[in-house]
Order: sequence, then structure tokens, then C-alpha cells
Amino acid sequence: MKWTKKDLLGLEELSREEIELILETAFSFKEVSSRDVKKVPTLRGKTIVNLFFEPSTRTRTSFELAAKRLSADILDFSISDSSVSKGESPVDTAENIEAMKVDCFVVRHSVAGVPKLIAKKIKAAVINAGDNSHEHPTQALLDLFTIREKKGKIKGLRIAIIGDIQHSRVARSNIWGLTKLGASVILCGPPTLIPSRIGKMGAEITYSFKEAIKDADILYFLRVQRERQQEIFFPSIQEYAHLYGANSENLKGVKKNVLIMHPGPINRGVEIKSEIADSSSSLILEQVTNGIAVRMAVLYLLIGKKD
Amino acid sequence: MNLLIKNGRVIDPGNGIDKIADILIKNGKIAQIGRNLKARGRTLQAEGMLVVPGLIDIHTHLREPGREDEETILSGSKAALAGGFTTICVMPNTNPCTDNKTVVRFIYDRAKQANLCNILPIAAITKKRKGEELTEFGELIEAGAVGFSDDGNSISDSRIMRRALEYSKIFAQPLILHCEDTELSAGGVVNEGYLSANLGLPGIPKQAEEIIVGRDLMLAELTGAKIHLAHVSTAGSVELVKTAKKKGIKVTCETCPQYFMLTENAVKDFDTNNKVNPPLREEKDNQAIRKGLFDETIDVIASDHAPHSAEEKEKDFLAAPFGMIGLETTLPLSLALVDRRFSLSKVIAKLTINPAKILGIDKGTLGIGRGADITIIDTKAEWILKTENLKSKSKNTPFLGRKLKGKALYTIVRGKVFHNL
Repeated sequence: MKWTKKDLLGLEELSREEIELILETAFSFKEVSSRDVKKVPTLRGKTIVNLFFEPSTRTRTSFELAAKRLSADILDFSISDSSVSKGESPVDTAENIEAMKVDCFVVRHSVAGVPKLIAKKIKAAVINAGDNSHEHPTQALLDLFTIREKKGKIKGLRIAIIGDIQHSRVARSNIWGLTKLGASVILCGPPTLIPSRIGKMGAEITYSFKEAIKDADILYFLRVQRERQQEIFFPSIQEYAHLYGANSENLKGVKKNVLIMHPGPINRGVEIKSEIADSSSSLILEQVTNGIAVRMAVLYLLIGKKD
Repeated sequence: MNLLIKNGRVIDPGNGIDKIADILIKNGKIAQIGRNLKARGRTLQAEGMLVVPGLIDIHTHLREPGREDEETILSGSKAALAGGFTTICVMPNTNPCTDNKTVVRFIYDRAKQANLCNILPIAAITKKRKGEELTEFGELIEAGAVGFSDDGNSISDSRIMRRALEYSKIFAQPLILHCEDTELSAGGVVNEGYLSANLGLPGIPKQAEEIIVGRDLMLAELTGAKIHLAHVSTAGSVELVKTAKKKGIKVTCETCPQYFMLTENAVKDFDTNNKVNPPLREEKDNQAIRKGLFDETIDVIASDHAPHSAEEKEKDFLAAPFGMIGLETTLPLSLALVDRRFSLSKVIAKLTINPAKILGIDKGTLGIGRGADITIIDTKAEWILKTENLKSKSKNTPFLGRKLKGKALYTIVRGKVFHNL
């Protein structure tokens, strides 16, 4: 299996084989970060641009470290609101930077579809680092990597994704990735935050927390944005935490070896209590660690030397 | 000056005519219809062609005054003629808005300078289309307004909507209503369904349209006023209108080709040319719209021609404006409805006599002595829609590159022939 795509825009468009190729490649890169000298020359001479149209710290940093550990040059092009208001379109911005001869763009934008628009217009590789509620492929890939590392497989596992599904790119990318690798996915949250037709992507839907956790091997909690309460998606943070939060009371009745995941940053006491986030079943920090390996793999496959 | 159209298939649904005949035009008026007519002057051979009353578009947006870079009255007139339309009714959402006599007169002046097709202004129902104060219906009608609409906006206050309907009963001109519960649709850019769930784009539920269709039907019943519903897009709206018509409520409605030709799936690639309001719906809605056209629940096919510049449409999916152009594609896309049951005459009626009746204008038929507005159509012509052939100043249509069948060969306005536009 060889990588042939110019871009990584989402997991919807990837085949099972392509996802597995990324995961295998990531496996071989993971060891680099545990060395004393955390660097290989793989992408020496390549230029990568972090093109972030909305603020992000962790994803941007993770890509930056991944690029540096592969010896690529990485440029940070974060766009403040003021330069957006100067009226330059995202495509124009990307074309301008591309004119300086770069190899890869890592793009985050607050509107679904913008990385795809950019990818269509430019020759350089484009990685979608999150386009609003649409997709966040590298997050789902690092989740898949982490699950496989811990459970030894993905096929046959049952994963409950709990929280604000409607506004979650992480949920969408994970539904595609998990189902393509043979896991079953159950989505759980208040009905106001679950689009009724999302089941057609291949997941079950429940509004009952108990039902969601019953047979699950992994509980994947999503971040709850406090603004959603103002938009009347739920009456209060307290009620949300009571009905859908990860706390030891709610988690009675889970499978014995259940594992807890979260894409971060976590709201302690809202969707997850400290007693759970810091417990031995929590994979939250390992997800972050694996993010580097997965992003190294993606960068390598997209712009590495093709033999 | 005579003009003779020979041997065409003359379809005049308003007069129940569908036969091979000649039409003689004298001094811009229809003088005679019959076989083997002879006259001096110009002759158009129409053998194998359709000869129909000039098409009427009840729902066109031109951008003059205000955004002449996107469409002017002149460029819009050319697009209309190319698409077979001899009369277009222009919506008031210009800048300034058509809420006063001055703008109505300006439109007539510019139309006269263009001297191409008939342009009939639709005035706003409320000042600045804000849904607060009524415009001066009487004065606007005297200046030449043929109907009233706040198109693009719904009048959200039911009391003001009621007053507008009651007051409109003084006059014959209809209120043309854009039905949208803007609180329910707020922020939405595509139909709420599988596509919005998949792409994570904010959705507009069908009920945002249907709630206001239902409300306005009830208010029409309450007031006894007549209403015409713009761009009906859902199976539920068709059902509501059908029931209302049975009850005797004075309602007519229109749809547009995109609502029986395209579904939400067209948005999958984030092509903003498919961003329209109401949004593209689902297959079952397409089917219900077709059925509604067939059983006469839906009276009219309109273009909802909405030009936007390339720069506006190149924005991201949230920021790009709603709308697609339609004057040059409505005829072939409507002809695609024709099958063994759905007659040509039925389709032509929805583009001629039906809109004329709704507006109460003396057009849409081929009566003797009438102004000779005639469209000659080659129903077999197959052609590919290309940017460079569009007469509209704006090119925002998702049908670019599509093979279309049927084209206006000659568009005749008051006896003047336009050809090869």
C-alpha cells in the first residue's frame, strides 16, 4: 500500500487501508520522541506552514513539534482577527504563502470546507487541522492509534462518544475512522446536541448515559463549551454534569477494563471530574503523546521522499 | 411592418390551443393565427419548433440600483431574452429598496433605455423591507408596481402581516410572500438533514418554511386576502397549499427549477453556487414539488434569478450570499418535466398564463390584437451551459457544464425579434 493522496482533509474520504498505513507509519515514528536526540532527518529541506485562522495552542504545537522532529522548517502563520478584516480570503492567503515555495499547509478555519477550498486551489499538500464542526482527521487518527496501542485492536470494540456531538469535528472524524476499522460507535448526549440524522454516518444514538456506557470498551468524552448554555442547548452546566458527566457515580456499571478518552482541553468538573481524568483508566495524556507520532506520520506520507 | 411565423406548433394554454399554425404580426400586435397565412415582410420558419406566448418570470432579482457590478437592468434584460422571457418582474431588494415611487419610476426609465424585454417592478410590502411600516400601496401601483413583496425577508410580526393582507384587498395586485421563520432558521446555510449532520454546517429545518406557510395561509383565510407564495421548496409546504386551496383560501404559489432538479447532496463539495434560500432539500421534496406542479397545487415556475459576483461567491460557505442565477436555465430545466403525463402545455402555462393571471397583467396569451410577445423554442436543441455564453453579468449557477435540452431560438417582444443572443 502506497500513499497517493495530495491532502488529508478528513477521514470520510480515506479507505481502511489508508488509515492503517498512517497508523503503521506512526508506530515506527513513535520511538523517535523517546530518544535523547529527538530528531530524524526525514524532512530536511521541507517547509511546512501552520496556517491557523482561529486560535489553537495544542494542535498547532503538536504539529510544530512533529515537523521539527522530522527536521522540517515550520513557519507559524496565525491570523489575527484584524488581518482577516483586511479582507484577504483564506485562499488568497494560502496562495500568497505558497508563492514563497512551501511544501505543506496545516490549516485550521472556523468554517467547514475551507481547507478543501484551499486544497483545490494550491499544489502544496493540505492537512485539515479542524474546520469547525466538520472534521479533525489527525485528532481521530491519534485516537485510533491510542486505542489500538492499548487494546491491541479496534475491530469489535464498542466506543461511546459522549457530549456535544453536533458541534464536534472530533466526533465526526472518529465516527468515520472507528467504523471503517470495524468498531461500533454509540453517540450519547442531550438531544439538543445530537443531529437526528447523524446516525446515517454509521453510529447508534442514545440520550441515556446508562445505555451508552453499558457495553462500551471506551468512553470518549467531548468538551462542553460553556457558551452552549446561553444558546439554550441545556439548562445549566450542573444539570449537564449530572446527566452526562464522567464521575464515579455515573460510571457505576461500566465494563471492568473500560478506558477513558478526551480530546482536550478538559473542563474539570463539567464533562469530567478529576477523579476520572486522573485515574489509571484515563488515556488523556497518552493521546497527546501519540499526537506527535501520528502527525509525524501524516507529514511524512504527504511530503516525504517518494521511492 | 409585418412578421410571419410559419408552421410552428402553437401552444397557447390560456386559450386552450395546441396546433400547427402560422401567426401574423402587424405593427407589434398579433393580427391573425391560422394555416397557410401569407404576408409581405419578414418570415420566420418555425417548423418543428414550439411557438408560445412570451415567457413571464414572476421572481427576478436585478441589482440595479445598488449592485450594478452584479446585474443591471440592461444585462438582466439580455439574460431574460436569451432564456426566452419577454417579461420579468423585479424584486425590490435593491439599494435603495423599491419602497417608493421614485425607484419604481427609475426602473421603468432604465427599462425604457434598455428597450429589450418588459420589466415590471414589484414593490416592497413594508418600508425598507423591515416588516414594520406599510409602504404606500396605492401610490406605488399608480407608478406601475405589479405586486408587493419583502422577498428575502418574512414579515415576522403576525399583526403587521395581517394588516398588510387586509389593506391589500383594496387593490388587485397580490402580496408575494417569502416564508421563513427566521428565528428557527437563524444561522443556517443548508437544509437540516443528513448533509448538515455530515458536514457539520448549520441547518435550516423544513419547518422554518412550513411554519410561516401555515401562518400566512391562516392569515389569508382570516382576512380573505389573496397571497402568492414564493419559492416553495418542501413536501410539507406543498401539502399545506393543497389543503388550503381545497378550503377555498385564495392562494397561489411558485417553485424554482432547483427545487425539483437538485437536492442537498449538491452541497457536498462546498460549492457556494448551491447555497440558496430556501436551501436545496431532499429527493422526497423534489418528488413532492414535481407532483405539486403536475396536480396544479403549484401554479408557477419562477427563476428566482439572484446574481452574485464571483468575489462574493468565492467566500467560505457561511459568508457567501444565498442565491443562484436562473433566467437562462429555467426554460430547459422546466421542459425536463415533460413526460407522457406531464404535457408541454402544462409546463408552458406555468411560465405564461399562470403568472400573468396572478399578477393581473394583460400578458401570457396569444390573443388577436394583443401585443406580440412570443417565444419560439427549439425543444430538441442540446447545449452545454458555459460561463462565456451567459448574458447575465454574474455566473453563479451550479448548472455550469451541464448538458441542457431546449432553447429559446427567437424571443419576440412587441413584434421585435431577438435572435442568437
